[in-house]
Amino acid sequence: MNILKKISLGMALITGIAIAISGTAITAEPVKVGFIYIGPPGDHGWTYRHDIGRKAVEAHFGDAVETTFQENVPEGPDAVRAITQMALSGHDLIFTTSYGYMDQTLAVAKKFPNVKFEHATGWKTADNVSNYGLKLYQSRHVQGVIAGLMTKTNKICYVASFPIPEVIREINTFYLGAKTQNPNVALQIVWVYTWYDPGKEADAAQAMIDNGCDVITQHTDSPAPLVTAEKAGLVGFGQASDQTPFAPNAQLTGTIDNWDPYYIDRVQAVIDGTWEGHGTYFGDISEGAVGMAPFANMPQDVMDIAMNVRAKITNGTYFAFTGPLKDQSGELRLKDGEVASRMMLDTMDWYVEGITAKYPD
Amino acid sequence: MNGRTIPRIMWLIINLFSISLVKRSEPSKTWTALTPLLAVIFTMIAGGLLFMILGKDPFLALRVMFWDPIFGEMSFYFRPQLLIKAAPLILIALGLSICFRAGIWNIGAEGQYIIGAICGASVALAFYPYESVFIFPLMILVGGIGGWVWAMIPALLRTKFNTNEILVSLMLVYVAEQILNSLAIGLLRNPEGNGFPGSRNLQDYASASNHEIWVGTGAHWGVVLALGFAVGFYILLNQHLLGFQTKLTGQSPRAAKFSGISPNFLIVICLGLSGMLAGLAGLFEVSGPSGQITIGFNVGYGFTAIIVAFLGRLNPLGIVLAGLLMALTYIGGELAQMQLGLPAAAIQAFQGMLLFFLLALDVLSNYRFNFRFRKAS
Amino acid sequence: MDVSSISPTLLIASLIVASTPIMLAAIGELVVERAGVLNLGVEGMMITGAICGFIVAYETGSPIYGVIASILGGAALSLIFAILTQFFLANQVASGLALTLFGLGFSALIGKGYTGITPPDMSSPNLGFLTEIPFLGKMLFEHDYLVYLAFSIIVLVSIFLRYTRQGLILRAVGEDHSSAHALGYKVIRVRVLAILFGGGCAGLGGAYISLIRVPQWAEGMTHGAGWIALAIVVFASWKPLRILFGAWLFGGLTVLQLNLQAAGVSEINLILFKIPLQVQYLTMAPYLITILVLVLMSARALSNAPGSLGKSFHVSG
Repeated sequence: MNILKKISLGMALITGIAIAISGTAITAEPVKVGFIYIGPPGDHGWTYRHDIGRKAVEAHFGDAVETTFQENVPEGPDAVRAITQMALSGHDLIFTTSYGYMDQTLAVAKKFPNVKFEHATGWKTADNVSNYGLKLYQSRHVQGVIAGLMTKTNKICYVASFPIPEVIREINTFYLGAKTQNPNVALQIVWVYTWYDPGKEADAAQAMIDNGCDVITQHTDSPAPLVTAEKAGLVGFGQASDQTPFAPNAQLTGTIDNWDPYYIDRVQAVIDGTWEGHGTYFGDISEGAVGMAPFANMPQDVMDIAMNVRAKITNGTYFAFTGPLKDQSGELRLKDGEVASRMMLDTMDWYVEGITAKYPD
Repeated sequence: MNGRTIPRIMWLIINLFSISLVKRSEPSKTWTALTPLLAVIFTMIAGGLLFMILGKDPFLALRVMFWDPIFGEMSFYFRPQLLIKAAPLILIALGLSICFRAGIWNIGAEGQYIIGAICGASVALAFYPYESVFIFPLMILVGGIGGWVWAMIPALLRTKFNTNEILVSLMLVYVAEQILNSLAIGLLRNPEGNGFPGSRNLQDYASASNHEIWVGTGAHWGVVLALGFAVGFYILLNQHLLGFQTKLTGQSPRAAKFSGISPNFLIVICLGLSGMLAGLAGLFEVSGPSGQITIGFNVGYGFTAIIVAFLGRLNPLGIVLAGLLMALTYIGGELAQMQLGLPAAAIQAFQGMLLFFLLALDVLSNYRFNFRFRKAS
Repeated sequence: MDVSSISPTLLIASLIVASTPIMLAAIGELVVERAGVLNLGVEGMMITGAICGFIVAYETGSPIYGVIASILGGAALSLIFAILTQFFLANQVASGLALTLFGLGFSALIGKGYTGITPPDMSSPNLGFLTEIPFLGKMLFEHDYLVYLAFSIIVLVSIFLRYTRQGLILRAVGEDHSSAHALGYKVIRVRVLAILFGGGCAGLGGAYISLIRVPQWAEGMTHGAGWIALAIVVFASWKPLRILFGAWLFGGLTVLQLNLQAAGVSEINLILFKIPLQVQYLTMAPYLITILVLVLMSARALSNAPGSLGKSFHVSG
């Protein structure tokens, strides 16, 4: 062919391709979002709230988004497989909702640079991996305040899962809250070394009730401790979701994990093409990410004090981890007026002064 | 024909014939090879029914579970995963098969697996961050010894005190789990892990990690050794005296004694070997696919391997096939979970059914059905 | 806080509650093993009983129906084991394990959709003035029906085995099935009935956990209780009344560990040295003690294990 023909052929080709591309750009495929759960959505706790977040995404975006999930995925190589399966099957964004998926998420993220990952409550990031969490300790502090006021035996108790910083800081803030209202309060802690085991959680709660405590809180995922409290005619706090249906007379309030705004926000970012991997995002009570179940089963004056504390935390004028603060051994951890840094909160491995239980080693 | 005709005919047949089982002088070879196949077919039928009850299309579910991982669109990823999942099962089952042939019931392979992993990982963590080509072989050695030692406890208690090895080895599984938890939170915990339970990830530690040898095949050292041991055992059992000794002891302990085999010696050897293999499986898992010593590191391979051993008819080559089949149920099951919403529990039920059918069909290889006319009395 | 803050009455009361499910499963398994059959599927039967009881109790609103359903559920699962081992002459160890696996998977399957709900409350008998007795009152007389039922079953089984003709036949079958057959006893029938009884008791034990103790349903919620029950049978030298002590020991150690934590006790202070009490060591203790007991009992020349335990019975030709 002569040169003119070649050029016109080439231009026709380019034009054709351009039309084809713009055509596909207009009819976009739904964004596929996947969720990896550590437990069942029926736990009425941690996974339950994540699943609600997933449903909120579906409701918000309608046909533009398609969600899938896999439940009861054990941490370890099975998680690698589950996450990889999702990445291979065309998912654009994958949420891995447990700390123990951290290394696995990163390993898969390395192999799939075009897929975006969100890992809950971890700290390792990458270009296509973000971390996210909630400032659950804000709500826990208010719970502590209520506990300090409501206890008649001056013994309040904690069903704790694993001695990791996020659990330790919530124990500390709970105690601090109670102490501000009741200097004589004592905290009992039982470690059950599981996130979800209704039998064990119930037994732990019962053991502490037998030892005299009358306000129960927990960092485990089932409603069992609260049900145990209800049976004993005592009060306590729900975890991760409003557990009133299980214990109408016992629940004072409870932390409600609200992942909806963050999830919707991140999916939107993927749709808009503005998604970027970032270091840990922590949902704040002021954003509605950390909710509290309606205050109930307590006298009005207790409610008023609690509401007041909550308001101060929400507008930022009060933060429990403000110095002077000593740890169990008497060492000064926060100087007068000093506020705990993100680093200190994320690596907290000491009890505050006043907690007599031995720190688990 | 009314509704009573069929029951009447059956009653007639039952009373006309008597059905009895007559033990065969030696197990039928054809049936022994056929029963696993039949069991799989029956399980697929029963499983299909189960899926139907759960509201899933049975043919689709069976295809997703059994066909797709090997031949489907993502099979390039899943085929290596099959090897990875099957390797520990095969290793442990090989050891168990030696024990079971001799009538020694090692139910505690899970515990030996854990201890092997702990010992091997501890070696690696002790040497961290030094790099050396000797670390990995040392880990293998120590992992095997760890499992061996843990199996020696029931072995010695059996030889010295005649204590039942089923219960001792089983109790030791729980003890091993608690040791694992204690170490994951305490001594072996990653100091740079922000306080979370779990050791360092061995996959990030080059000298200690159990990587794929040929990329894309999923074959790590555990896979290689599993297949190697399978071949080795096959030769051992068929050619070596030890193989004969275990077979004889299992079938007739008294005859074995008379022919000079020391039952105690056999107990120690078999349990020891089985423990060592389980420990090795644990070591390869912790330095490979799993990566770290953490709570929940063990996922029940020690128990699933018992099924693999039986499914493989206690024969090394059969075990390799059975291990791959079991791995297929795991991986296919996960795929079905994601694509069809099939509950994870269905896989466990499926595996249980497989063993049920196998055990029921087993009767055909050991016994003959005998139909006889009832004599008028 | 110190040890004195733990109330012995409450401790023993919660010990009794914790020991009931394993007690029930153990007494059932004891009968099975006395008949010469080793059923390792206790865990599967317990969890099946737990879910059957839970579903029926929740759907019908009546805990009593739930209890009955749990017995039937456990027995139904054990029937599979009975058919496999007594009619198909399958290996008992493998069959028991298959039962456990299947039971765990099957119960999780049918239990989907029943998580996170509370079953109807099970009432306790009102023993009136007996609860007023200091110490013993709170400890022994404030429990629910199933606790007392468990005690009764143990006593009844003890009487059955020792003083009744049927019990004697069962023991004979367990000791030497060939001789028992020669004497005209129906070995298979006795064993199947024993297996069904074991299944029913295990199912009842499972229902106790899901209907009373927790009360909720969660997959795999028995957490190895079935295996502990097997250990208790051996610990008790196959004698019914000793099952009580075995169950109390295991239940007790679990409860004790939690109470010690609650009381803030982290070490035992002996005069010369302190023993640290890490949670994991306490959790390990029942299993180590069982091994110790097993060794001690086997070391003695006489073993109480039924002679035909684990052997398949088959009449040739």
